[in-house]
Amino acid sequence: MSGALLRATGLRLAFGGVKAADGIDLDVMAGEFLAIIGPNGAGKTTFINMTTGYLKPNAGSIAYDGRTITGMSPRAIVKLGIARSFQLPQLFLEHTVEQNIALAVASRHGIWSPLVPLLRPSYRDEARDLLDRFGLSAIADARADALNEGARKLADIAMAVALKPRLLLMDEPTSGVAASEKMTIVETLVNVLRDAKVTAVFVEHDMDVVERFADRVAVWSQGRIAALGPPAEVLSDPAVQREVIGIERHATPPGVRHA
Amino acid sequence: MAEWFQDNGLLLGLALLDGLSSAGLIFLVAVGLNLVFGVLRIVNVAHGSLYAIGAYSAASIGIFLASRGLPGWASIPALVLSAALVGAVLGPLIERFLLRRIYAQEEVVQLLVTFALFMILEDVQKLVWGVQPIHHDQAMKLLGTIDIPFGADFIPFTNYQLFVLPGFAVVTLVGLAWFLRRTLTGRVIVAVTTDREAATAMGIDAQRIFLLTFTFGAMLAALGGALSSPTAALVPGVGAQTIVLSFAVVATAGLGQIEGAALTSLMMGLGRSIAVYFEPELEVVVPYIIMVLVLLVRPQGLFGVIETRRV
Amino acid sequence: MKRYEPILGVLLAAGLVAAAIAAPWLRFVLTIALAKGIAVMGILLLLRAGQVSFGHALYIGFGAYTVAFLAPRVNDGAVLLLAAAAGAGVLGLMVGLFVTRYRQIFFGMLNLAMCMVFYSLLEKLYHITKGSDGIRVEIMPIAGQALDRVTYEWTVFGIALGLAFVLAFLLRLYLASPMGEALAGIKTRETRLEFMGVPARGVLLAAYVISAVVGGIGGALIAMTSRHVTPLLSYWTASGELVFIAILGGAGGVLGPFLGAAAYELVRVYAAASFADAWQMILGAVLLLVILFAPGGLWGMAARAIGGRGR
Repeated sequence: MSGALLRATGLRLAFGGVKAADGIDLDVMAGEFLAIIGPNGAGKTTFINMTTGYLKPNAGSIAYDGRTITGMSPRAIVKLGIARSFQLPQLFLEHTVEQNIALAVASRHGIWSPLVPLLRPSYRDEARDLLDRFGLSAIADARADALNEGARKLADIAMAVALKPRLLLMDEPTSGVAASEKMTIVETLVNVLRDAKVTAVFVEHDMDVVERFADRVAVWSQGRIAALGPPAEVLSDPAVQREVIGIERHATPPGVRHA
Repeated sequence: MAEWFQDNGLLLGLALLDGLSSAGLIFLVAVGLNLVFGVLRIVNVAHGSLYAIGAYSAASIGIFLASRGLPGWASIPALVLSAALVGAVLGPLIERFLLRRIYAQEEVVQLLVTFALFMILEDVQKLVWGVQPIHHDQAMKLLGTIDIPFGADFIPFTNYQLFVLPGFAVVTLVGLAWFLRRTLTGRVIVAVTTDREAATAMGIDAQRIFLLTFTFGAMLAALGGALSSPTAALVPGVGAQTIVLSFAVVATAGLGQIEGAALTSLMMGLGRSIAVYFEPELEVVVPYIIMVLVLLVRPQGLFGVIETRRV
Repeated sequence: MKRYEPILGVLLAAGLVAAAIAAPWLRFVLTIALAKGIAVMGILLLLRAGQVSFGHALYIGFGAYTVAFLAPRVNDGAVLLLAAAAGAGVLGLMVGLFVTRYRQIFFGMLNLAMCMVFYSLLEKLYHITKGSDGIRVEIMPIAGQALDRVTYEWTVFGIALGLAFVLAFLLRLYLASPMGEALAGIKTRETRLEFMGVPARGVLLAAYVISAVVGGIGGALIAMTSRHVTPLLSYWTASGELVFIAILGGAGGVLGPFLGAAAYELVRVYAAASFADAWQMILGAVLLLVILFAPGGLWGMAARAIGGRGR
């Protein structure tokens, strides 16, 4: 826990007239778990997209580990140690779960070995170990397009973890996961990340999850950070409760996916 | 430069006129292909066969009617009616019995189904019309030629190629633009082209639109063929040549774009005929060079829209 | 099914050899089939990535004309094969650097464009290529051995069979490697590859160059077998034929291309002998039937017969 691992300064990005980022300043400290909450369309995913190189901010800069990464390609940013998972799981649908994870493992080593199998013992063991920790061993041989939403979500996160990042950005890791399993899954995930000393930023709609696992919470509102601090403090702020949590609870009947 | 014009001006004039008339034909065929692709998301390899069958049918019908004493003025309407007939018969048949089975399939399967259809129709042409050249130019003779003043000289050019071919193209372009923007069916077609899922989710009867669009596209291909038939003798293989050129137009124009198809057809028609007069070896290559250059600068085609994927 | 592949491969090879011994004219047909099967493995790679090239006859033509041009100077089959493979690889790298920036229909059409440019050059540059007359290829020594006609034909057949085995073996390893699996990842989630630090375009380019190399080898073998090369080897319909064979064989394993090529060539020869004017129609009909009623192709049918799964 020393200093900012990621530092965003004055990020701005507009789509047409919509300001998805309207002056974002944020430091993510090494080792912390930072939750991002806020209503739909507040620009939470946009922040992740800018940090991972998928979108380029109109203005402002992002520094990682003291180095400017604004405008770099997703590929280059991954190589520096920033991985992400997706709101809509991005799996290789015609591959098995095990192959999906193994591909992520392989990409860490460079994939340019044309004659040795992907599922060579070392990659397979690592993939199996990860699947085991995520509780996905039973479906290792299932094709990704045959999974239910919760399993897809987990496999998607497992792929990001397989890249062994220092910073992991997760876009709604628990959406689509059945309520009864949610806490167990998040606990597992947190343990995996703590073991690996990964710094994590995650967009989350479940305030119980935020309260229990986040070190700090950032409240997004119309492309800006409206509040930032420890969960107990931020979540009890009446303004935040009214503006964000109220909307959240109201606008989120169980089982509905966030856009 | 001035000297070059002194020597080659006449040739250049002729090339431009030729280019204009062939651009008209290219547009008619390519815009049909582009429309069908936009709506059905299938590249119809057999589109060129519809062009060829349109041409052969028009020639046959023209020869038959002429032998029955059809007055000359009716030869141009006869061309159009032949094309409408070919499109109206083959279009629904192909859409209903072949394409409808494969809308959910992979792209390669769709391509190959129309490729198989192309192979079949190629031989159908040979069986029906034989391999000897067929030519019927009543419509072109009817309208005679015009001497176009060009500097001190005159270029003789057929009225048919100067007015009828580009004329049909312009009427089609304007009519199509009006239809797509101003009529309900047209707007539905545009909606399906831009966002198919949203359009069908809104309750649009996709099957009807697909049938309609394909039949209309088939008519346009056949019309291109029918109108071309008076200008040159028909031989086997004309469909195969036409379709590759139309592919190039569609990719260059941007998928589903009709104005793009018009501009591209003009570029390719002119480019090709200039090549014919000055560098004949390059004639066939020119359209592809244009295509490659355009796609280098604009990977989505001249008028194409970049689709961004949400993650 | 994957387990049985080597055994089935040996059985298929034994069948081919037996057929070639039984009927000398079949030796010619089957050598061509092997050559095309080798080229079609390249199509298979690109299909893995979800991309359809409608232009790989470019590499067939390039390989074939490399043999035809160099034969008088080099005059050794083994060296010519190497030259064709290397040349096609270089050409594939140059074209690939451009076309791998595009996906789906643009990828298909740009490949088609390249193929048509090459075809036009072969056709039009008569003083170099003898145009549509084509170039004859004489019987040549192979690996320093001068051969009589029958021995030469057997040798080329043997080389084709040997190369088919070696290349199929290597490609099978490649497809199961991280590179090959990432290639398949392009089809379903290309953006994820980038977010894993894998350059998707590089992965596709590698596959494209391999596909060009096997295309060049196939073309060289075709030239050495038919001993006459014409521009038609590179016409776009020949590209369609390669995709046809890939789907006919079934996109499951590396045996598919050879099953498909053998079936394709045999149907073609029999159809051409029995119905001279309608062989294309018969092939088209076969293709339609396979696509509509046997979606896994011949390989899929074989897989069902054995009782395993196609993949």
